[in-house]
Amino acid sequence: MARAAFGALISHWLRHPLQLAMLLLGLSLATALWSGVQAINAEARASYAEAAAVLGQNRLTRIEAAAGEPISQEVFVALRRAGWPVSPVLEGSLRLGEARLRLIGIEPLTLPAPARQVDLAAGEDLAGFLRPPGLIFTSAETAARIGAGAADLPPLRRADLPPGLALTDIGVAQRLLGQPGALSHLLLDPAVPAPDPARLPPGLVLIAPEPEGDLARLTNSFHLNLTAFGLLAFAVGLFIVHSAIGLAFEQRRGVFRTLRALGLPLRALTGLLLAELLGLALIAGLVGLALGYGIAAALLPDVAATLRGLYGAEVAGSLRLRPGWALAGLGMALAGALISAGQSLWRLWNLPILAPARPREWARATGRGLRRQAVAGVGLWGAAVALWALGSGLWAGLGVLAGLLLGAAFLLPVLLAALTAGLARGARGVLGQWFWADTRQQLPGLSLALMALLLALAANIGVGTMVASFRVTFTGWLDQRLVSELYITTRDPAEAQAVQGWLAPQVSAILPIWSVEATLAGQRGRIFGVADHATYRDHWPLLAASPGVWDRVAAGEGVLVNEQLARRARLGLGAALALPGGGALPVVGVYSDYGNPEAQAMLGDAALAARVPAAPRLRFALRLNPAQAPALAAALTERFALPPEAILDQAAVKAFSLRVFERTFAVTAALNALTLGVAGLALFASLTTLAGMRLPQLAPLWAMGLRLRHLATLEAVRALALAAFVVLAAVPLGVALAWVLLAVVNVAAFGWRLPMQVFPVDWLKMAGLAGLAALAAAALPVLRLARSAPADLVKVFSNER
Amino acid sequence: MLLTLTGIEKTYPTSEGPLRVLAGVDLTLAAGQSLALTGESGSGKSTLLHLVAGLDRPDAGAIWLEGQDITQLDEPQLAALRRGRVGLVFQQFNLIPSLNIVDNLAFQARLAGRHDPVWQAELAGALGLSALLRRYPEELSGGQQQRVAIGRVLAARPRLVLADEPTGNLDETTADAVMGLMLRLVAQTGAGLLMVTHSPRLARRLDGRLHLAGGRVA
Repeated sequence: MARAAFGALISHWLRHPLQLAMLLLGLSLATALWSGVQAINAEARASYAEAAAVLGQNRLTRIEAAAGEPISQEVFVALRRAGWPVSPVLEGSLRLGEARLRLIGIEPLTLPAPARQVDLAAGEDLAGFLRPPGLIFTSAETAARIGAGAADLPPLRRADLPPGLALTDIGVAQRLLGQPGALSHLLLDPAVPAPDPARLPPGLVLIAPEPEGDLARLTNSFHLNLTAFGLLAFAVGLFIVHSAIGLAFEQRRGVFRTLRALGLPLRALTGLLLAELLGLALIAGLVGLALGYGIAAALLPDVAATLRGLYGAEVAGSLRLRPGWALAGLGMALAGALISAGQSLWRLWNLPILAPARPREWARATGRGLRRQAVAGVGLWGAAVALWALGSGLWAGLGVLAGLLLGAAFLLPVLLAALTAGLARGARGVLGQWFWADTRQQLPGLSLALMALLLALAANIGVGTMVASFRVTFTGWLDQRLVSELYITTRDPAEAQAVQGWLAPQVSAILPIWSVEATLAGQRGRIFGVADHATYRDHWPLLAASPGVWDRVAAGEGVLVNEQLARRARLGLGAALALPGGGALPVVGVYSDYGNPEAQAMLGDAALAARVPAAPRLRFALRLNPAQAPALAAALTERFALPPEAILDQAAVKAFSLRVFERTFAVTAALNALTLGVAGLALFASLTTLAGMRLPQLAPLWAMGLRLRHLATLEAVRALALAAFVVLAAVPLGVALAWVLLAVVNVAAFGWRLPMQVFPVDWLKMAGLAGLAALAAAALPVLRLARSAPADLVKVFSNER
Repeated sequence: MLLTLTGIEKTYPTSEGPLRVLAGVDLTLAAGQSLALTGESGSGKSTLLHLVAGLDRPDAGAIWLEGQDITQLDEPQLAALRRGRVGLVFQQFNLIPSLNIVDNLAFQARLAGRHDPVWQAELAGALGLSALLRRYPEELSGGQQQRVAIGRVLAARPRLVLADEPTGNLDETTADAVMGLMLRLVAQTGAGLLMVTHSPRLARRLDGRLHLAGGRVA
């Protein structure tokens, strides 16, 4: 019996292949977007874990200078003599043209066993590693990225290392990083007993291993953001599924009644429907996983670029199929199908056996639920406002977003019902009156798709506003900050001195760009030393400043911090910041520093030199007549044989920065476009399924003398009008979304806040896009209607009996 | 003569080959006259009605309405004919669910550009709908809905009323009442009435009767 009943149930899909396609497509796309995002996250997290495990840092205790400044090599020698089983490490960032490399220098003979990332036991490799010019171990991917910039480097050897990382002898690292005699930290060998920690010399501290790693912690918010977008796309996809399942259930009410009248128990019927649903969900889930893998593989290079640009995090550019996200994706497909079918199954469970098999009952029931929806929508908005007022951090921000979006989605059908009722009342002509009244009648069947469209449009407007605000601010900020005409990087201190001497009579100013890695208010960061020059006084983008800020910086009486550091460490003007070399200086200014993942501080160049004498002094910015810059760059290259990447002009730096910026938001833009596509598909699914029911509704109008072409035009106008209403609702919602993203979510995620700007031209473009999506979605049903043969319409009346 | 049909033929393609539904039907109807079309299921009654309404075209023959052969009209002209000169009453009422009763009653008259609120109010009173004007179709019984459908057609004052089993969905008592009303009001407007029915009892109440069998007038 069950087999016969199951056959009767699934025969529905054979007669309604488009409905089946929509169900499978909706669930596949929802799963694809969700699992694509999760695949990207999983890949990134795996890379962070690898990076955290480099040199066993997630397992080994280390010794650092208390203020984070470099340790001198003499300290290492003294500690070894005192019986400390330490091994020296120098870590730094090496710029090779546009590529940035995390260079780690080690001393292989004292390196603890858990930190041996590369097998140097083979005598030849060890000898090559230690003897000049040394060796650099790196992954094949990183070696390919270094490319031409490798001219001045020792020979490269392939090794199984995380992307963006290079391992070399400590002496080579000191030379390449311009830090002779300097060490970042010392690793403690757990296999050898160490002296009592109390006997550690002053100024040094023991740092316990960190299982998670800085990158994982720092990038958590980025991945949470990505997950939120994935979830939004998943939810939009589920609107299609809910719509298709709801319609299929309603169209089969007669079959349900017959099967139950023939003796099939309600429990068995529900079980069969569940089995059918889970079977379909499994198929859609597998297709969705395959699509998700494709999406992730396509987006991963951009995500990797984003993470590199924002956090300095290196993520492998190739994707692996990991069981974690694949199984989770299948689980989401099954859960999504069950959530979408929940209402229909509940109604079936409560359906009296003799309930009339009225089609459109589901739509009427939805209509009856308008009041409940309004209450839910207002409640969600209230919760969002409460969360905004009382909560803090990223989760609160995402909660505000969810409340705002879902509340608006719930309120949309209520708003549209009121609007169309008002328009029907106010219409003068008979067709206008019918048009609006009929549109109101169609709303229950269309509202899910319209809600999906609203969410997708609002997300597009919101994220678009955020990105465009960012672009305008960022471009202005670059113009302010990149004032110098040329930027030079020399290879060693001697060359730096020679270059400066040669340049002095030819330029109006040589501005040092000296920096040193340091711990700033407990965070890894970098301190820059700057000259006292009008370039900074006139242009540097200060968000907050004490009186006489530049005089105090130049006199070594104050420090500037970037916005990230100020926000994360809650450092306001006047707050004290501990610095290498002892003591603290008051914060006298906060500057914007978009796109930089690190904490940063600025001191006068003399103050930095006094506090950290070992700070490398290899980079300079040059002020000169812009027209002379190309000739001077050429002369510099010729005179000192500097590689091309060592001399950058202002335009090149700006272009590079803007390129990084554009890639940063490529992923959100792609997810947005996909979500809008899914919403368009939801509208298409709804209009197509409703079209099947429209003929009996429209045939009497045709019989009363309205032409089919006229009716078809009205159907297209209806789709456009509804899309226009949704756009009108989406604009304020999108702007509110942008505000939450800029003022709450981004601050928590990236550490900086941007001024919001609005771009009405972009809204017009979005409105045009929504109109096109609505027209495209309506095209097939409208064309079918316009081309209906009179015989098809007459059948409506003939079939009455 | 209001309506004249000569040699009407109609064949439908089916999966089992062409099905000849009408095989040369002739018919005449004068203004103010009512005619019942009867016959077995599949005899071509509804097809004939649809052809007269301009919903479909015959394969052969001519349909003259007020001296004009409507088989020669193009699609926009046929739409104008249905809007202005013909009124159709369906078995399933086919009211517009999104409009209330007063708007349903006015709908076709407004489409035809002949809306007369006084005449409409008179019709509503005669059809017993005055108290139901603000309700929606789904809130009415079947008999009430059919009265609205009749009122909608008559409010537009068509020259020819075509009714396809208008009481087929109603019980006998309601059907008799609705039928009586329709005949009285059609007579009042001076229109012709062509009605398809299975019921010999109802057919007898009309001025004339035409029985179709095998696609021809029997």
